[in-house]
Amino acid sequence: MGSFIFIAHDGTLRSLEVPAGTSAMQAAVANGITGIVAECGGSQMCATCHVYVDAAWLPKLAPMQAPEDAMLDSAASERKANSRLSCQILMSAELDGLVVHLPERQV
Amino acid sequence: MTQSDASTSDIDPFSTEYLLDPYPFHEQLREAGPVVWLSKWNCWGTGRHKEMNEVLADPKTFCSGAGVGLANFNNEKPWRQPSMLLEADAPEHTMRRAVVGKVLSTGNLRRLRADFEVAAAALVERLMEKRAVDAVAEVAEPYILKVFPDAVGIGQEGRENLIPYGAMVFNALGPQNELFQESMVGIKEVSDWVMKNFLRENLRPGGLGLEVYEAADAGQVTLDEAPILVRSFLSAGVDTTVNAIGNALWCFANHPEQWQKLRANPALSRSAFEEVLRFEAPFQSYFRTTTKDTSLAGTAIPGNQKFFMSVGAANRDPRRWDQPGTFNIERQTTGHMGFGGGIHGCVGQMIARLEVEVLLTAMASRIARIEVSGPTTPRLNNVLRGFDTLPLTLYPAH
Repeated sequence: MGSFIFIAHDGTLRSLEVPAGTSAMQAAVANGITGIVAECGGSQMCATCHVYVDAAWLPKLAPMQAPEDAMLDSAASERKANSRLSCQILMSAELDGLVVHLPERQV
Repeated sequence: MTQSDASTSDIDPFSTEYLLDPYPFHEQLREAGPVVWLSKWNCWGTGRHKEMNEVLADPKTFCSGAGVGLANFNNEKPWRQPSMLLEADAPEHTMRRAVVGKVLSTGNLRRLRADFEVAAAALVERLMEKRAVDAVAEVAEPYILKVFPDAVGIGQEGRENLIPYGAMVFNALGPQNELFQESMVGIKEVSDWVMKNFLRENLRPGGLGLEVYEAADAGQVTLDEAPILVRSFLSAGVDTTVNAIGNALWCFANHPEQWQKLRANPALSRSAFEEVLRFEAPFQSYFRTTTKDTSLAGTAIPGNQKFFMSVGAANRDPRRWDQPGTFNIERQTTGHMGFGGGIHGCVGQMIARLEVEVLLTAMASRIARIEVSGPTTPRLNNVLRGFDTLPLTLYPAH
């Protein structure tokens, strides 16, 4: 188990405890965090689970693969250096407490 | 061969009874167990959401390269050249998928929205003049045969060939039964048309099809692969979306309160489409093949076995969905199986979403009520679900 912390665009904070291996996208969708849309359900096709990862946590994430990199160019909100798809961020002991900021819009 | 340690079922997912009304069979399949031996076709299968997800998440064990239909390409020669996307595994699949995924990505499709909106508005204008229309022949087919081939860059002439071509490709994922044989009648001319129209010289500049050839020029896929990848667009992208639109209008005609919800808030068009895909999935079933001895939900499965996936059953699995038999366009539908999932999740899903979202938005602004006005006929296919005829009366909004 470990926690993902979501900070919505309006500043609202929610912490979700999930089993290892659960993606941040799955956690958000299962708990009604509306700032994550996740239309494609994790196939890296839609860029609607876009998040900005808190700078302190960035080095701990698994490196981005080519499909995620390409997809982030399609994101509805501005792509930044700390942009990631939350469907590709899986809970692990390393990431317990990970903080992500939600963009203004996903579609 | 008998399988003593798993639940056994004699359900035949390709029988006429099943295809006409799959829901009672879906329930039997789900409740027989998490993994079921299907004695009719000597294969394994699941109708449960959780197990299907596990299969899709493990393409090394449950591969696609031996065919995503009933036939096992390890044991028999494929009847046609397998799809380079759908019926391929890593590493060959990876780059092809990346290329087509980029061509069909959200960002690349944004420029198409305005064209789709013009087409949808013109269609709805014609529909409102007639008011008594067929959902398939006068709504779904003309819309999809306009916007999709336009986007790919196909000429105007002969587009109706795409419907029997797709029907044949999908029927071929089942057994070589009567449905499959029927869909092969006259297919030579249809195939010739399709073959000709995905060739580079016949694709319009600026279209999605030519972008695949440009990726081949850049060395991302080979020039031999490019035409076969464009063929995948044409075979997978028409019958599925035509059925989806027919199914959507059927759902709204039968659930008028949901149509009113959509009219009050047309922004629901996108999530409404997702609920249609969950509730009446156009693409109902497909297969994987085990690459080695494995186990799923405690059931041992040997290597080189076909594994049946019932999308329709998983989409109404009560273990996953609250009130699964209720059509609700405001439902949280993420995780439905209508577009598959994992590395083989439908590569055309974003263009399908755009097509249907735009059409439903246009219809919701002009149509107060939709009624089924006569007997309907199904368009039977081994793995697709949809209507052949669906007569509707459309009542204009004032």
